Amino acid sequence: MEFSELIRTGQAQAELLRGPEAPPLRGTLCVTGHHLLLSPGPQATPDLWLLLLRSVDSIEKRVAGDSGTITLRCKDLRVLQLDIEGVEATLNIARSIEGLRLGDAWHFHPPERYYKRVARETNAWRLSEANEDFSLCPSYPRAVIVPRAVDDDALARSARFRQGGRFPVLSYHHAPSRTVLLRSSQPLTGPQKRRCAEDEALLRAVLAGSRPGARGFIVDTRSAQTAKQARMTGGGTEAKAAYLGWKRLHRPLERGRPLQESFVHLVEACGDLEQSMDHWLSRLAGCRWLAHVKEALSTACLAAQGMEREGACILVHGAEGTDSTLLVTSLAQLILDPSSRTMAGFQELVEREWIQAGHPFQLRCAHSAFSHAHPKHEAPTFLLFLDCVWQLGRQFPLSLEFGEGMLLALFDHAYASPFGTFLCNSEQERCLCEVRTRTHSLWSGLNQLKEQRKLRNPLYVPNPLALWPSVEPQSLRLWQGLFLRWTRPPEPSEAAWEKVWQIVTDQEKTEGSQPTVSASEPQL
Amino acid sequence: MEHIRTTKVEQVKLLDRFSSSNKALTGTLYLTATHLLFIDSHQKETWILHHHIASVEKLALTTSGCPLVIQCKNFRTVHFIVPRERDCHDIYNSLLQLSKQAKYEDLYAFSYNPKQNDSERRRGWQLIDLAEEYQRMGVPNSNWQLSDANRDYKICETYPKELYVPRIASKPIIVGSSKFRSKGRFPVLSYYHQSKEAAICRCSQPLSGFSARCLEDEHLLQAISKANPANRYMYVVDTRPRLNAMANRAAGKGYENEDNYSNIRFQFVGIENIHVMRSSLQRLLEVSGTRGLSVGDLYSGLQSSGWLRHVQAVLGAAVVLAKAVTTESASVLVHCSDGWDRTSQVCSLGSLLLDPYYRTVRGFMVLIEKDWISFGHKFSERCGHLDGDPKEVSPVFTQFLECVWHLTEQFPQAFEFNEAFLLQIHEHIHSCQFGNFIGNCQKEREELKLKEKTYSLWPFLLEDREKYLNPLYRPQAQEFAVLEPNTVSFNFKFWRNMYHQFDRTLHPRQSVFNIVVNMNEQNKQLENDIKDLESQIKKRKNKQADGVLTKELLNSVRPESPMLKTSLCFKEQTLLPGNDALRTIDSSNPADNRYSEYAEEFSKPDPAVVSLEYGVARMTC
Repeated sequence: MEFSELIRTGQAQAELLRGPEAPPLRGTLCVTGHHLLLSPGPQATPDLWLLLLRSVDSIEKRVAGDSGTITLRCKDLRVLQLDIEGVEATLNIARSIEGLRLGDAWHFHPPERYYKRVARETNAWRLSEANEDFSLCPSYPRAVIVPRAVDDDALARSARFRQGGRFPVLSYHHAPSRTVLLRSSQPLTGPQKRRCAEDEALLRAVLAGSRPGARGFIVDTRSAQTAKQARMTGGGTEAKAAYLGWKRLHRPLERGRPLQESFVHLVEACGDLEQSMDHWLSRLAGCRWLAHVKEALSTACLAAQGMEREGACILVHGAEGTDSTLLVTSLAQLILDPSSRTMAGFQELVEREWIQAGHPFQLRCAHSAFSHAHPKHEAPTFLLFLDCVWQLGRQFPLSLEFGEGMLLALFDHAYASPFGTFLCNSEQERCLCEVRTRTHSLWSGLNQLKEQRKLRNPLYVPNPLALWPSVEPQSLRLWQGLFLRWTRPPEPSEAAWEKVWQIVTDQEKTEGSQPTVSASEPQL
Repeated sequence: MEHIRTTKVEQVKLLDRFSSSNKALTGTLYLTATHLLFIDSHQKETWILHHHIASVEKLALTTSGCPLVIQCKNFRTVHFIVPRERDCHDIYNSLLQLSKQAKYEDLYAFSYNPKQNDSERRRGWQLIDLAEEYQRMGVPNSNWQLSDANRDYKICETYPKELYVPRIASKPIIVGSSKFRSKGRFPVLSYYHQSKEAAICRCSQPLSGFSARCLEDEHLLQAISKANPANRYMYVVDTRPRLNAMANRAAGKGYENEDNYSNIRFQFVGIENIHVMRSSLQRLLEVSGTRGLSVGDLYSGLQSSGWLRHVQAVLGAAVVLAKAVTTESASVLVHCSDGWDRTSQVCSLGSLLLDPYYRTVRGFMVLIEKDWISFGHKFSERCGHLDGDPKEVSPVFTQFLECVWHLTEQFPQAFEFNEAFLLQIHEHIHSCQFGNFIGNCQKEREELKLKEKTYSLWPFLLEDREKYLNPLYRPQAQEFAVLEPNTVSFNFKFWRNMYHQFDRTLHPRQSVFNIVVNMNEQNKQLENDIKDLESQIKKRKNKQADGVLTKELLNSVRPESPMLKTSLCFKEQTLLPGNDALRTIDSSNPADNRYSEYAEEFSKPDPAVVSLEYGVARMTC
């Protein structure tokens, strides 16, 4: 459900009574997805009054003559009265507030919502509910986006041919080049080199539904040798002859225990304040963390480049398709898709490409870098993603609407959180645990006003172009804000950031006050 | 001009150092008396000053032509391919000649004419006045006085004429001490901290050998100690590694024996010498210039070069000085061997930590004039201005700038200037376009009559001041009165914007700096516009003029985004990319980056049908 559907009236003239101490405010009242705004005009102080709709505890409306009154009782015990001009406007605003204050943030980013966007861009894909009961694939959400030409039975067969049932599904549709990004797990070819007609047909349908003449590339996140070895245990790769028009590229990415160890070693190195420069640099090189960042970013760039420049469809998978696969698909989207770089778009990306896509957060983030327990399933894949995003943000400091604070918050919450968003390993588990009804969503927590300044990038300017980062080692940097967060005093840089905020706010103010002067013009 | 045989070569290719696609720009190469100029097919100009050329190399002939690799002192590396070997050879020979001048008079500064008259030139040279600076520090005073002992450079050729010494140090003591110090560089004042009454002094190593001593020198040190009423003892900091200092004793030099000097606290801080620094940076540049460098190689290269370790040592020594002055109110005497390299670094950085004035645009110029130029840092030899001993060349000043850069990174609000300012200064220590850095000491500069024959850099930098301002600077902030940098290893980073300043593909694609500077400017401009309009409206109201004029009035004040004006003489230097235009490279080409290498797979003609389709597809997209 879109919030915009709940907003009945854009704005109205109103007077706000805030109790005996504060003077009344007159101005234009406006309802947005999360807030009630009252703008008393530029001369007044404050020049904008805001109320978070979720802080409204109860609402009461009265109509008399051609005006109305709304009384809002807030969770922080405030009582506010709004006198609104126009009966219709009063009723509409009251209804909008009523609908929005309960706004269920758990339905903020459903995969269905992304499908709406895809459907606007192309007709070749459909939303399938074949996985409604999680029987095809326990780690997929109930609804997935698949080629329109493939029916649910074929999906079921393809699912049986893929590890963990993760058949190829749409991750991102790149409208400008009419190509798609898909993700799956490895095919279960095994030593006998089994094939699956439906799986092959599915990938054929992908090419058919894309730009005419499009080719396909399968980006395997394992080395050719590892992929081949996987056949011994029932896995494998797509045979060249079986998938016409598709070509395989191998780009090995580190995963699992070596990645966790890399993380542990880096954190150890960052905790040692006494070490010599030589020791520090050799540990930094030895832990290989930045090498992993480089590999992840360049693989994502490869996938993005394939779509944007070569007009090809890309399928990404490794073995299980729940770790490095998601790393590549989510980063590729961030590179290509401007809407994923907004605050809301990025949250949606994380929700769709990590949480709904079945990254096993519970297993991967059970322990962070300090645990003495022998790691079993832990791996900082999500942290690696956040680091890559941070590197992108450093190279394109104006193009991401969110700042470092957002990435730090996601890291913190992925490992330990009072919110339910990162709980469990899959959608199925979250349903069984009734996460949605028994916990709160992180997104609604983050979107509360007081958090915003910490999370936002004050310099954001929408950038419609693709972001091609430099992946040269000289261009990558250790994410000090995360790895040295507690070992290094952050004050000077935080103060500097505060100053940037101040300059940006000044800018908005001065620009805003221009019309004031011209408004006083007609008196002459 | 006699060295130039070919002035123009067409169809020359310029290869990009880092992008993998081997794509090249084709254009025309021009050779002028002062510059090598390349104009590519997009009319983009690349200017290379002959003085900036550190080395020219002609590689083996290839099928496409003759490769010519030029490495510059400002860390630009260009790789040309000249179609005909003859042309390449001519240019190669010309550049060899032009890049290494035999006489000072052949340097660019002596022919450079920025169209200023003599009085402007004179005023330019008077812009930075060191006497004024010592006054600002609070000397002369009851404990310190100006000494005329070196009036005709009699005692020390490499010192300036005006020297400040303790009031109680008589001339015989000074003369005696100077005879006991290497090159006659006796202890003098470098920085005076007024509220602590403590001083930073500098000198060269004593000629102590294994047992020699000099009473005058001992007296002079005692005088420095006594000039500080707050403290009975003083520190003597030898910036060399202990082993080097001990080795010097065998040559009749060495360091102060604590038993002979009363109330001194002696310590080594272990900064390596110019030769170590030279090869360290060389190694670093070799590593960072490698194509296809891996992350591991970069960091192990950083480690093996030792460069960051050296930077850490220099900054660490400055911290020792600042601590002694602020926490103990103690005076410090600093020396190395000759007292013009490491001593200049440590004294100037120490002052920079102690005094916010040196962190302003003007103050930084003063600092360089004082501790580097006037005290005889051998700029011409260290930068290789003339064809001379390559063993005298060393990036000591570059290293100082890097230390300052690290401080600006740690304290983003404590400096009035920005990175571009540091890069521009670095550009000009090698450019020989201005007279400031020519020569090795003040005496030599006077003999060269630099103030009559060349121009000073500083007024030109001040003219472009806006470009070098840090928008986040907080001038009065109390917490930045004395900087206490953290010198833990992980605070030191590779300075990409210096060592890769011309490798655009390695830089961030958008610059926060520019945008903030611009917003700041716009804010100011808009505020002024508002004030302007308001006052004009008031005026109109008073005059009771009719309203027709107001429209015209509004149009007359247009908030234009302030274009930073570029003076002619700086045109040939590119600063950080993006300085000329805001948000220039919002996006870049994926082919600029290494990952496109893997994408070669994409274009491999595999099955014939697909490649045909692909060709068609490519045309349509």
